[in-house]
Amino acid sequence: MSHVVVPTPLASPPDPAPDPFEDQPRSLPVRHSVQDRVFLQVTRALAFVVLVITSGIGVFLGLQAIPTLDHYGASFFTEYRWLPSQDVVGIAAVVVGTLQVALIALALAFPLSLLTALFITDWAPAWLRPLLVRLVDLMAAVPGIVFGLWVLLVVQPHAAQVNHWISKHFGWFPLFHVRTDVDYPIWNQAPGYPSYAGSAAIAAIAVTMMIFPMATSVMREVFAEAPVGEKEAALALGATRWAMVRTVVLPFGRGGIIGGTMLALGRALGETISVVLVISQAYEIKPYVLESGTSTISALIASGFKEASPAQLSALLTAGFVLFVMTLAVNSLAAVVVARSRGGGVTEL
Amino acid sequence: VSAGTEEELRRAGRRTPEDRWTLLGALAGGTASTWLLYTQILPFSGAVGFVLMWFVVFVAFYAALTGLAQPRQVVLDRVVSAVVIAAPTVVGLAVLSTVVTTVLKGLPALSHLNFFVDDMSGVRADDPFTLGGIGHAIVGTVIEVAIAVVIAMPLGLATAIYISEIGGRGAVLVRTVVEAMTALPSIVAGLFVYTVCIVKLGMPTSGLAAALALAVMALPIMARASEVVLRVVPNGLREASYALGAGRWQTVWKVVLPTARPGLATALILGVARAVGETSPLLLTSGASTFLNADPTQNPMNSLPLFVYAAVSTGNPQMEQRAYAAATVLLAVVLSLFLLARLAARGRKNR
Repeated sequence: MSHVVVPTPLASPPDPAPDPFEDQPRSLPVRHSVQDRVFLQVTRALAFVVLVITSGIGVFLGLQAIPTLDHYGASFFTEYRWLPSQDVVGIAAVVVGTLQVALIALALAFPLSLLTALFITDWAPAWLRPLLVRLVDLMAAVPGIVFGLWVLLVVQPHAAQVNHWISKHFGWFPLFHVRTDVDYPIWNQAPGYPSYAGSAAIAAIAVTMMIFPMATSVMREVFAEAPVGEKEAALALGATRWAMVRTVVLPFGRGGIIGGTMLALGRALGETISVVLVISQAYEIKPYVLESGTSTISALIASGFKEASPAQLSALLTAGFVLFVMTLAVNSLAAVVVARSRGGGVTEL
Repeated sequence: VSAGTEEELRRAGRRTPEDRWTLLGALAGGTASTWLLYTQILPFSGAVGFVLMWFVVFVAFYAALTGLAQPRQVVLDRVVSAVVIAAPTVVGLAVLSTVVTTVLKGLPALSHLNFFVDDMSGVRADDPFTLGGIGHAIVGTVIEVAIAVVIAMPLGLATAIYISEIGGRGAVLVRTVVEAMTALPSIVAGLFVYTVCIVKLGMPTSGLAAALALAVMALPIMARASEVVLRVVPNGLREASYALGAGRWQTVWKVVLPTARPGLATALILGVARAVGETSPLLLTSGASTFLNADPTQNPMNSLPLFVYAAVSTGNPQMEQRAYAAATVLLAVVLSLFLLARLAARGRKNR
């Protein structure tokens, strides 16, 4: 707003005999000083530069779809193999893998985040709360490579054991099936263990650690805004703590729960380095998430960019664009849900 | 009311002795029966299974014992409480395990001072820890992050000021686009810089390319975080400033920014912490040198996260320990940045 215009009432016709005591709105001309003009122009210019850079990236990525579709046709979206040497590339398998890793991570992170957020707002003693909030924030700053390292070398042996147990007893369910001999006596040595290491489920543990802080802090913020009056009213009516949470905090925070989960999903889709470190790359569409071998879009980019020909590079960029569109859609939806959950629904006491 | 019958306040939420004995009994009973079932009777093994089963048995005992004396609602409340307390405990233990294993396994390499100053040129994977170090990676991280911050921070701040202090239709557009670009995965930012700068413009893989990738990734994050902070500055302060005859620039520089300074510092430092730990854009753009290279415009440049990744990928146990040591350094850097952000935020309370 470079000049302020006080609106004149257009709706009412001009009064034939104006009341001399009535306030007459007038437009105020604004003359900026030289200092202000420089400030406004420089800030606008910088913001314009940022706009050009950021939208340029989006447009550039989007434009890469044209040479890709020219070269590979629609099979780019249906082909599951990625064989650069034979020039057969497609993203069907990596899209499925990306969704699998992200959804498993979400299935692990959702209950943990929800319960932790509830613990911070409603169970923890008052002196512990700020400390826990800070710890969750700190966890958000831990680099992905550290969690990747931890999952690869510390968690994987245990996780493989658990996955072996699950596949042995629930292998009839397609998700938990592993195409190996689950009764192999020394399963944790070759050829048993390699069938479980580097699976989508184990990579998802690292992703869980990456998305947990974000989901928790969004949920906690919304839970903390739950109306104190209604919480106390529930307790005064004899509700236990859980009954109070179930009837007041959870309904109030529903938007935050959904929004926080979706923001976490958006983050999970793009998580790269911890996944690359853990998974054994395999381009295959399969429901067996406990079985070794999977791939995600980001892992594909990280491993495939070096030996890519120009056509394959634009194929990789298109894959990146698909990933960006997925995260963007999820994030925008989450932003809408979170924004809608703020405010309203509070009984004034 | 006489003075003798003064009311004594009772804390309502306190545990009664009965509650405490119920909990103790459930803990003892749960542990004992899990031990018996798990190690002696059922054909199970493994630490994860034991802990899981212990928790289930404990909750069952706790519910049953509570049910002897309390109504159903209280039983439900206690079961839910047990689950609610278990979740942060699991996460806390996981984080603790991450930090402790990283530091412990890195200790053999960290205890040699040369690890912090030497580079890895000419050092073979199996060489003892008295040879080689991550000096080149530390220097690389500092240079790359510094360049990225010099690019992203002023642009991000200016964008935030434009959106929140100048406004107008353009601001809505900028805000929408910036918000959308926070969804850009860091690997895609890296691939973008790789394609444009290295493949199309013929730049060498270098620290500068890596810094550009980091800047592209950090710019929307910093702009958005600062905009959120600026938005909470009370409008009354701006109006008071205008009423005193201050111009736009004076209001922003003397009123809005000083008010928001602690919050801005926190947001920007956390943005830097995020950039320090980011690996994937560097993977595509910086190359990985084994030697010290302080020139960001030429030759590959290593950095801490990249060193960790490359060292783990070798599969050599000695290099794995070096990776842990470098990860410890990385954690220490992030932790100190975080503490710095806390200190910056504390300024607000003292005012």
